Amino acid sequence: MKTTAATMTVEDHASASRTGLASAFFALILGVGIIAVTGHVQAAALHDAAHDMRHATGFPCH
Amino acid sequence: MFARIVTSALFAGATAGLLIALLQYAFVQPVLLHAELYETGTLVHFGAAPVSAIQDVSGFDPLRDLLSVLFTMLTYCGYAMILVALMGVAEERGADITLRNGMIWGLMGFIAAHLAPAFSLPPEVPGVAAADVLLRQYWWFATVATAAVAMWLIAFHFTMVGVGAAIVLLLLPHIIGAPQPAEFTGPVPTEIGALFASRALSVGLAAWIILGAFCAYFWTKEGEAA
Repeated sequence: MKTTAATMTVEDHASASRTGLASAFFALILGVGIIAVTGHVQAAALHDAAHDMRHATGFPCH
Repeated sequence: MFARIVTSALFAGATAGLLIALLQYAFVQPVLLHAELYETGTLVHFGAAPVSAIQDVSGFDPLRDLLSVLFTMLTYCGYAMILVALMGVAEERGADITLRNGMIWGLMGFIAAHLAPAFSLPPEVPGVAAADVLLRQYWWFATVATAAVAMWLIAFHFTMVGVGAAIVLLLLPHIIGAPQPAEFTGPVPTEIGALFASRALSVGLAAWIILGAFCAYFWTKEGEAA
């Protein structure tokens, strides 16, 4: 009984940690995606709207 | 955990982004507008007549300036998403996240995302000569990614191997070299270009320290609420 409880705890912990890593990974991808759109995509409308911020933030702009 | 990351990153990115946008509007935008007078040919450097170094670039352009505020907030939400995700991973591995070390997280973020690429691709004032934008963007992403890994190694693998690898990662993009223009064609006085680069980097440093502190604050706040 004690062994089972201990095993469950370890498994739960490992599973929680995996979920945590997956969450962090998806958030990271989302963050990079936002930076790519606001800072790097060269579509004219986006470029013009974000122009001053791109220069001020040091992104390659033109 | 995903909800906690996204919620705290959006709060941190939006509030820090607003402050950062105000800093940029006050200190970077006037230099940019001054440079644009030369980019558009309104002023000519080394032209027939000497040009006064003092130009009136004040004034509020609602659409342009509000879009800058919006996009600054969005950009720092993106950075916050990355920073908070990494804080979450570090916390799971036993690190403490506090308001004070959040500022150090921000400082490391500044080195990775702003200072490291600026070492070979300085913040560009409008009108400067530059290599193909796509090549510069590839180099920019690669440099920021390697510098970010280097910062993580220094923070969490402070061993001979970890620090050695970090140094290699920090130097490598600059030894390979950033895409550079074939010739210089910029019409903007170097004084303005230098001031712009220095203002952009200094405001960037303040920006990242604010962002790091806010990320740590909202991350721990959301943790208490859960």
